[in-house]
Amino acid sequence: MTISSQIRSNIAKTYLLMAVFVGLVIAIGYVLGYALGYGSDFVWIATLFAVISSFSSYWWGDKLVLAMSGAKPAERKKDFDFFTVAENLAMAAGIPKPKLYVIDDTAMNAFATGRDPEHAVVCATTGLLSKLERRELEGVIAHELSHIKNYDTRLLAVISVLAGTVVFLSDMFMRNLWWGGRRSRDDNNNSGGIILVIGIALAILTPIFATLMQMALSRRREFLADASGADLTRYPEGLARALAKLTQDKEVLEAATNATAHLYITNPFKGKAYGAWFSNMFNTHPPIEERIKRLRAM
Amino acid sequence: MNPLYLGGGAVALVVVYFWSLYNGLIRESTDIDEAWGQIQVQLKRRADLIPNLVESVKGYAKHEKGVFTEVTKARTAVMNADSPAEAAKADNMLTGALKSLFAVAEAYPKLEANQNFMQLQKELSDTEDKVAYSRQYYNAQLLEYNLKVKTFPNNVFVGMFGFTSREFFKAGEGEQNKVDVKFS
Repeated sequence: MTISSQIRSNIAKTYLLMAVFVGLVIAIGYVLGYALGYGSDFVWIATLFAVISSFSSYWWGDKLVLAMSGAKPAERKKDFDFFTVAENLAMAAGIPKPKLYVIDDTAMNAFATGRDPEHAVVCATTGLLSKLERRELEGVIAHELSHIKNYDTRLLAVISVLAGTVVFLSDMFMRNLWWGGRRSRDDNNNSGGIILVIGIALAILTPIFATLMQMALSRRREFLADASGADLTRYPEGLARALAKLTQDKEVLEAATNATAHLYITNPFKGKAYGAWFSNMFNTHPPIEERIKRLRAM
Repeated sequence: MNPLYLGGGAVALVVVYFWSLYNGLIRESTDIDEAWGQIQVQLKRRADLIPNLVESVKGYAKHEKGVFTEVTKARTAVMNADSPAEAAKADNMLTGALKSLFAVAEAYPKLEANQNFMQLQKELSDTEDKVAYSRQYYNAQLLEYNLKVKTFPNNVFVGMFGFTSREFFKAGEGEQNKVDVKFS
């Protein structure tokens, strides 16, 4: 797959995903409304909710993701290498320098977000910045800039917000189910029961669906970003060494959540159950060993 | 089929071909000009750092006059270069001269520990990266453009529009040169 066809497919997927999402939430709203006995009012609320969240995921996805991870703007003086490396590689890639943010955490990780290269953000942890050498950092930043250039970040930012919404909705539904809320228990018990079963099925299936989507979208994307990043630095060994250091790092990044896990360069949960049952069940990243092997073969 | 339609179709095809060729070349050469401007900005940035660097080394190593004149000469050459080929040559000369300067600096541990000098060194090596990356972008843009200009059938027509293939910004010719450092 070439870069330009990847870009086209990313853009198309973003819109498709937003459409599917709106449809899905309306459907859930319908089931939910009838299962809980609120009737069709719920559908309207759900529609409003879906439209607002998919719209905001597109326009403010980057800001929401940054807010979710508690990042602060980087300074040239303090984060000299981070700042200049990003500046240089943006120049080589022919895109504007992204806004740079730092997460104050000793775990090593980084991610990029934003709807297009003009509104892009690259974020790194202080752990990453302090433990990597300049050439290794270049590898990581080039990987992130490739995500931006390929419009991966637009798709991923939309996914994070939408996945977050789906998780939120199904959580709400499950809670409602356990703690009552079914007002019209008496009238037509039979069909209510069927709708309830469907509702439960949906509540279980949607998070899985959302996660599967994350995973399916994620793996080839990482390999491609590795390759085009190496093309940018002309030094695949830099990223290979950085990834090797990242595997050594056993720390869990506290700032990452289920909805943002797939954004990071390596899985922020390190396979630990950190309230992260979903990212553990479905791996969002290809194994690092495989990525290093491919980089060294370039 | 009506031959009129056929003729009209053929004319439309030719118009579309020339249209996209011309606009494509304009767009690409604008990109190249911009990329070249970026290289010049970075070369200038690098040249601007030199006087400060020379000053801070002079503070510790006054008598290494040969190195200083060499660096200053190379710097002037970079400032005066117009074409990519000239700029590349001057830049390589400056790289060589700076190598001797840093080799001299190594003999003065106090200088090496100087905060100001360390900062300048960092800025300078970053600027060298910047030159390298802007050059990489320029050459990548140029490759695409030159390929378009030189391939058939474009090569028959581009002259008409006044487009010719352009020169790459080559690096590394001077970089292999032996650096001779005199310790007096």
